[in-house]
Amino acid sequence: MRNLLAAPNANLVTRPTGRAVREAIEAELEGAVRNTSVSVIDLTGVRILDFSCADEVVAGLLLRYLPADRPHDVFFVFRAIEEMHGHAVGEVLDRHGLAAVCDFGAGDLRLMGPATREERAAWSALERSGRIDGEDTRPPPGSGALLRRLSERRLAYRDAAGRVSSLSGFAGALARQRAENARDAGADGSAGLPENEIGSNNHGDDDGH
Amino acid sequence: MRVIEIPSSLDYRNVDVLYSRVRTGEAGPVLFDARRLRWIDPNGMLALLSAGRVAGQGGTRPRISVPTSTEVVGYLDRMGFSRAAARIFQSLPRRVRRRSARTSDVLLEITPITTNSDVHEVVDTVQSRAGAILSHTLRYPPAAVVQFSVILSEVCQNIVEHAEGPGWVAAQAYNWTRRLGRHVAVIAVSDLGRGFHASLTDEHSERFGDRWGDVTALEAAFLLGLTRFPDVGRGQGIQQIRKQVARWKGLLSIRSGTARIADAPPWSRNPPVQEGLGHFPGAQINIILPENTGD
Repeated sequence: MRNLLAAPNANLVTRPTGRAVREAIEAELEGAVRNTSVSVIDLTGVRILDFSCADEVVAGLLLRYLPADRPHDVFFVFRAIEEMHGHAVGEVLDRHGLAAVCDFGAGDLRLMGPATREERAAWSALERSGRIDGEDTRPPPGSGALLRRLSERRLAYRDAAGRVSSLSGFAGALARQRAENARDAGADGSAGLPENEIGSNNHGDDDGH
Repeated sequence: MRVIEIPSSLDYRNVDVLYSRVRTGEAGPVLFDARRLRWIDPNGMLALLSAGRVAGQGGTRPRISVPTSTEVVGYLDRMGFSRAAARIFQSLPRRVRRRSARTSDVLLEITPITTNSDVHEVVDTVQSRAGAILSHTLRYPPAAVVQFSVILSEVCQNIVEHAEGPGWVAAQAYNWTRRLGRHVAVIAVSDLGRGFHASLTDEHSERFGDRWGDVTALEAAFLLGLTRFPDVGRGQGIQQIRKQVARWKGLLSIRSGTARIADAPPWSRNPPVQEGLGHFPGAQINIILPENTGD
């Protein structure tokens, strides 16, 4: 799986291929995820992504992990190249009425798929601030319901204390925490930005949320 | 022996002539007389293969006579027609030496599609050739090779996912100087599967009542994105192909059963719907992408 998505110029076409990729991701999540985590699905090594395959991978994963009875508390961010994958991902999301956070590189994170103007504004504000916790960064009046809606749509992370984080902010925080834990344990503590290979990018929340 | 005469020109505009002359499971031997053939496009080639296979369903493999034009024979050979025809006809067009200088306009030789791995192969093959033709000949932006590959992938998957029968795909670039005053790329896909009507009947015929037929089935798939699968995500392929072909001001038509449906740009004379045509058991998809002239 890791090799498949990391291989340069791989073509992700046909529905059975997409199904196999999704199942491989799910199997890897099954073995790797213990707590709340953010998984970055890195498509940047993929050259051709057709609609059938995108439907199986992108929509299939989101639909599986959106309901309350999801197998694990995993959030997804799709890392993609806009001119190569953006269209397929967007169309698939539209078709299903789903939304997802896409990372198009160089800090260009976007909310893809159908969302109201207010949801988009709230998501953008959250993405800029990283976290809204009710103390240092109070939510703008009337935004509570919107932030709750974003977390219900798995576009933001809301912890037990009601603090809401953007997925990029949450992933970064988890990566830093993991690096600190590794440093304390005497291992190499280089944190940097989250790694994005499937499996190694499942940044778990050790608080157990 | 029944002789079916092939017109001197056989392309997307007149393949129905061929279908109307072929009867499923011909009892006796059939000869496809292609001696006068002077012009043929990927749609014509796939129609010949399809018609040959239909005629052979009676148990006797049909024969085909060779075009007298060595240029046409050479072209058929370059497009892989001889290889594909070897499985269908008793007598084959003679092979001529491949002229490498002419191969650059072949986007994709006739390629059988029966499994998903065939679709992968098509996508892999076309990427290595399509870039130069799309950017230099058709003047499409560099990213067009991605969209072009996706179109091919989706039309080929239509065979595997919905037709449940064998099919072929082929693509070629032409200079339509007299016809359109510009270059075009022609993509043809043909299968001898269930056809749209049979594929959709179980799932959708009831809601259309008395209107259900070949035209309605094509409209259901083409305009509404319906498939025999209940999943919301299904049926995107044709819808997305329609959008992309329209962006490139191209022609897209699907022929199945006794009907044809099309998204026709202003330069084309194709009507949006044709019915009462000769029965074609599977489906034939025709895509014509014109050179971008900036207008």
